[in-house]
Amino acid sequence: MAVLTETERVYWRPRVDARRLTVRGRTWTTTTVAHTVPFLGTAALLVGLEPLAAPVAAVAIVHAWVIPDLYARRGANVLKPKPRADEAAERTSIGLLGDLVGHAARSTAARTGLVIERGALGVWVVGEAGAVLVAPGGRRAFCFCVSVRDPQLPSGDRIAHLLLALREDEAGFATVANLAFSGARWRVRRRLAPALRPALDEAARLAA
Amino acid sequence: MARLIRMDHTGHTTLAEWTAGDADAVEAAVAAFRAQLDAGYYAVVSTGEGRAEQVRELPPDADLVILRRPIAGG
Repeated sequence: MAVLTETERVYWRPRVDARRLTVRGRTWTTTTVAHTVPFLGTAALLVGLEPLAAPVAAVAIVHAWVIPDLYARRGANVLKPKPRADEAAERTSIGLLGDLVGHAARSTAARTGLVIERGALGVWVVGEAGAVLVAPGGRRAFCFCVSVRDPQLPSGDRIAHLLLALREDEAGFATVANLAFSGARWRVRRRLAPALRPALDEAARLAA
Repeated sequence: MARLIRMDHTGHTTLAEWTAGDADAVEAAVAAFRAQLDAGYYAVVSTGEGRAEQVRELPPDADLVILRRPIAGG
C-alpha cells in the first residue's frame, strides 16, 4: 500500500493504527481524569470540612468542568471555517470538491461546509484546518489538526487537499496530523458552531 | 478528454488536456506535470470510491490528475 509522502517529515512518529489510536484515546481520558479529579476531590473535602466553604468548592467544580471543555474547544476548532477567498475561486473550488465526493457527502458539504469520509479507522469529518475522526461506535472523537500551508487557497481546495491525502493513506494522514483532542464526541459537538453539528451527527450515525 | 489540474488560489487551474492518442498533447501534459512536481506539488489520481494514489509519472489513461500541495500537522 502507498504511504503518504508527508510521513517522511515526521519520521520519528510511530505510524498510527487502530490499536495505537485506542491507546492514545485512553491516555487522553486518563489525563483528563487526572486534571479533573483533584478539583472534585478538593471540592468534596472543602464541603466536608467546612460547609461554609461551599462557594470555594463550587469554583473548584467549575475548574473541573472547564479544563476538559477547553481541550474540547481546541479540538472543535479544527473544523472552524477560515476566512473566505474571492467568490469565483470559492465557487470553483467547491465545484471540484463536489466532483470528488459522492451524493450523500456532497449534500452534507452543501449544508455544513464539511465533508464526511468513511475510513478504516472510523468516519472522518474533514474541514479546512483539520479533521475529526469519529471512532467505531460513534462515542469517541479524535480531533486532528492538519492543513495545507497556503493561506490563499479557497475553502473547497483546503478540504480537497486533506481529503485526497486521507484517501491516499488514512493511517499516514493520522500520523502526519497533530492530535488536538480525544474524548467524548458530545464535548466536541457542544463546541462546534450549530451549522457544523449535522456533519458530526451524521458521522456518528455512520460510525455507530 | 483527460485533464491535469492544479489546486490554487483561483480554485483550480487546468494546466493540460490530452487524449491518449494525441502524442503532442500527452507530451505537453508530461512536461507540465514534471514542472509542477519540480515546483513541489504532489500529483494524485482517484483509484475508486474513497481511494486515491499519488503518482510520480503522468498516467496517460487517467481522466483527471490533481496537483496538490503537501499537508502538515498544525
